[in-house]
Amino acid sequence: MLRGVLPVLVALPVVILFEQLLAAAPFATYLLSIMGVNIILAVSLNIVNGMTGQFSIGHAGFMAVGAYVAGVLSLALKEVALSFLPVAVSDQVFLLVALLLGGVVSAVCGFVVGLPSLRLRGDYLAIVTLGFGEIIRVVVQNTDAFGRALGLSGIPQTAGLGMVGFWVFLVVLVARRLAGSSHGRSLWAIREDEVAAEAMGVDTTGYKVRAFVISAFFAGIAGGLFAHFVPIINPGSFTFVKSMEVVVMVVLGGLGSTTGAIIAAMFLTLLPEALRSAFTVMGAEGSLAQKVDQIRMPVYGLMLVALMLLRPQGLFGTREIWEVLPRWLPRRRKGLA
Amino acid sequence: MAQLLQHLINGLASGTIYALVALGYTMVYGVLKLINFAHGDVMMVGVYMGYATAFTLGRQEQKTFLGVVLIFLVAMGGCALLGFLIERFAYRPLREKPRLTSLITAIGISFTLSYGFQLDIGFLPGAAPRAFPEIIVPTEWLIIGDRDVVVWNWQVMSLLIAVGLMVGLQYLVFKTRFGRAMRAVSYDHRVAALMGIPTDRVIALTFMIGSALAAGAGLLYAIKDTSVSPLMGLYVGLKAFVAAVIGGIGHVPGAVVGALLLGLVEEFVVGYAASTWRDAVAFGILILVLLVKPGGLFGRVAAEKV
Amino acid sequence: MRRFVPMLLAALAFMVAGCEKKTQPASSDTDTSKQAAQGQGGTATAPPTPEGTPPPPAASDTLLLGVATSLTGGQATFGVSTRNGIELALKEANEAGGVKGKKLTVRVYDNQGKPEEAAQAVTRLINQDRVILILGDVASSNSLAMAEKAQAAGVPMITPSSTNPTVTEKGDFIFRVCFIDPFQGFVMAKFGRENLKLSKVAVLQDNKSAYSIGLTDVFTRKFTEMGGKITGVESYSQGDTDYRAQLTAIKKAQPEAIYVPGYYSEVGVIARQARELGLKVPLLGGDGWDSEKLYELGGTAIQGSYFSNHYSPDNPDPRIQKFVSDYKAAYGGVPDALAALAYDAANVAIDALKKAPDTSGKAIRDAIAQTKGFPGIAGAITLDEKRNAVKPAVVLKVGDGKSEYVTTVNP
Repeated sequence: MLRGVLPVLVALPVVILFEQLLAAAPFATYLLSIMGVNIILAVSLNIVNGMTGQFSIGHAGFMAVGAYVAGVLSLALKEVALSFLPVAVSDQVFLLVALLLGGVVSAVCGFVVGLPSLRLRGDYLAIVTLGFGEIIRVVVQNTDAFGRALGLSGIPQTAGLGMVGFWVFLVVLVARRLAGSSHGRSLWAIREDEVAAEAMGVDTTGYKVRAFVISAFFAGIAGGLFAHFVPIINPGSFTFVKSMEVVVMVVLGGLGSTTGAIIAAMFLTLLPEALRSAFTVMGAEGSLAQKVDQIRMPVYGLMLVALMLLRPQGLFGTREIWEVLPRWLPRRRKGLA
Repeated sequence: MAQLLQHLINGLASGTIYALVALGYTMVYGVLKLINFAHGDVMMVGVYMGYATAFTLGRQEQKTFLGVVLIFLVAMGGCALLGFLIERFAYRPLREKPRLTSLITAIGISFTLSYGFQLDIGFLPGAAPRAFPEIIVPTEWLIIGDRDVVVWNWQVMSLLIAVGLMVGLQYLVFKTRFGRAMRAVSYDHRVAALMGIPTDRVIALTFMIGSALAAGAGLLYAIKDTSVSPLMGLYVGLKAFVAAVIGGIGHVPGAVVGALLLGLVEEFVVGYAASTWRDAVAFGILILVLLVKPGGLFGRVAAEKV
Repeated sequence: MRRFVPMLLAALAFMVAGCEKKTQPASSDTDTSKQAAQGQGGTATAPPTPEGTPPPPAASDTLLLGVATSLTGGQATFGVSTRNGIELALKEANEAGGVKGKKLTVRVYDNQGKPEEAAQAVTRLINQDRVILILGDVASSNSLAMAEKAQAAGVPMITPSSTNPTVTEKGDFIFRVCFIDPFQGFVMAKFGRENLKLSKVAVLQDNKSAYSIGLTDVFTRKFTEMGGKITGVESYSQGDTDYRAQLTAIKKAQPEAIYVPGYYSEVGVIARQARELGLKVPLLGGDGWDSEKLYELGGTAIQGSYFSNHYSPDNPDPRIQKFVSDYKAAYGGVPDALAALAYDAANVAIDALKKAPDTSGKAIRDAIAQTKGFPGIAGAITLDEKRNAVKPAVVLKVGDGKSEYVTTVNP
């Protein structure tokens, strides 16, 4: 029991310390928060698209559900605090409750969406998840409580790097443990050959739905976090394009590799900012830098095609970085080998 | 009553266009078991090709019968070529690989096309919507009451063209040797190859026909709604795919029925109920159909043999 | 696991028992809390007073301004116009000697029309680039995100064209040089009722646009207050191309006009399809119609319809004509209202920079707040105590390829 919980207990003070260290650098804090959210999205999508070999392209829909549910709750409880705790801690507690609610509702949506589509062949899941994202968008746009098209603003901005970092850690932990467990082995089996897995007694639908629900939960958490450090959320942040960005991260990192997803998410979050800095240094800011933002999307598309044609396993394939790195480093001959 | 009739006409008009696009989806899925996400965007490219042709012809020429025929031919031919290139260089190398790989590639191409065309560099048109030139001079052919219901010439022409293309396709698939080859490849492409069917060529031609149909649909769409933009492919493609699934993917007449149904439902939802829920209703129907009848209205869920 | 549920229930009970209302933090700046209390209509927590002073601007002989606007995405043309207007104003100011001898430079970031990108861009502008002032954006959602960040950092921000009232309510560092949605909705209601003598109007709004929804709300309220009748409100989504279903429903009620407070990209086609269905009544709209593309998309169908706007490029005033020709020379094409407003916003900022004693956030903010009767291209700008511009609106009638001035409506 302790071995299971120990990493979490260790991570907690580490992330809190991290947050304090960066308190004086608001831009770094913001950027790292966005990166953290992307990492959670990528790692959670990797569970479905990578480990289980399904094709879900509506991850932004679950993110939206988590964001709006958590946001509405936080907005309602804005004035409330726990009397026996200092305000800062009380805020985090309420944030945690809001996040969990968002995650749970998102997971329920994942179940509702996943069950009918995962019974069938995988291609249908893609369209259904896409449609789900659209349904969420329409629901939000028509509901005053969600701010309709203007968006929901005024959500207490209580998600600091500590909370974000904690959930990044948690999702990576869950993903890694899942991958290494017997439960995970069933998922890999489904990915490799669903018919064979079914023949071997694996309840493929059950495992697929479970993976989908876990993935939706974390996407909801990511959305909830997002809502608590971005000043306003509106449907424009949760479009099909966002879903595709996450798919690109997962594919680039390697379908099935958790560390691959993390690295790809970090890379794709930092790339636009790095380009902005590069252009400023070169003095070529202005229209050239702006053109780069425009070109980003078609380049992502081309990148997907090129990856599939030339290196479909992405960066790491199904392996993790510590399995791949030794092979890339120059080897030292030991003894007679 | 008049309102109902008008809604009916509107719904059928958009339904037939969905049908043309859905046919392309269903055909490609039939032979390759691949959802060609890029299909809608190929349609978009066809529309812009038509736009460019109409522009080159000039205001007078584009309205003549020959001009219109030329525009259609250029767009459909251009899309056929585009479809061929996509299949040859992006899908064929991945045919033996897991299906997920092809799906990702399809999405990649869809993205490249729809976002690429939003750039305004070189020949790329840019994101802002444009007005498709009026290539069919609109004249009212039927008026009921005091303009209670109006039917226009281009609506009728559009319907005839769509039906004509569909009938042609039906003939092709069921009455010609090539059609038989297509159906054989759709059952099992390895066995078809063993039987001496040039599968590569059949698949390539299927793609080309599907793309050409999409281009035709796109032009009819542009004539109907005037506004063209690089993003038009994504939504039409999605709706058409929903239509194909509703009808039973892989089933040609089913795609048509599904599309007409979708067009009518959308129209009536917007006209009589809440107009803002249209997209949600469309996808809601999809999920409902998948829940109740997973093979679609006409399709059968084929057991996968290993 | 067995113990999990009871533990969870216990924790929840504990929390519920411990809940209490948050006490208000002591406000260090009494002015701001009073202003904000007015603006936010009685929320309990105090608005964010700037927690810290902004990081010191990069010391140099140039003054750096920051712009975050949507250069890509659905609102791309608006963002581009905004950027152009600002750059033109800065160029002219630099040619006239700059501010107190210093040249003005600008850093422009694209926020892709998304609020999280807008917040990111503004955070970068404030903390990395050390700008002294922010200009932007067009869409109110983005401006809201940007305003929150700017207010918290104590950097003044001027939005050229965000019309949602809540933007300036974010705090006393946020200003705007355009009128707000409540006014614009009122303008068309008044014009429709008094000038066109309409009594039955239908509404077709863009459900995907907060701007459109905002205008619809105000218009329907004001029009009914003035004795008119709204026959019904239909909706479409930005990006749609087929509005026949909605128009057929509208036709049934036989309105005398249709209020379409949407964007030019849809309005043009709406007009065409309305005519096609036999609806010959004029359309009414707002500044979202303002674009050269309206005429291309609307053709003859949109002619004879009216819309409210911030300025008319046909205004014979020599100042306005000079702006129009300068803009045409630099960017090709007649400047739309967004470019004019951006130009004005930049000039208000420059004017404030000249008047401010130093480049600290507070000094610039105070200087901006004193703007009275500033001669803008889009009307004289006087900022009221809510930091919104009190200006008249013009009503234009759509003609062949351009629009003609009809009348001015004063607040």
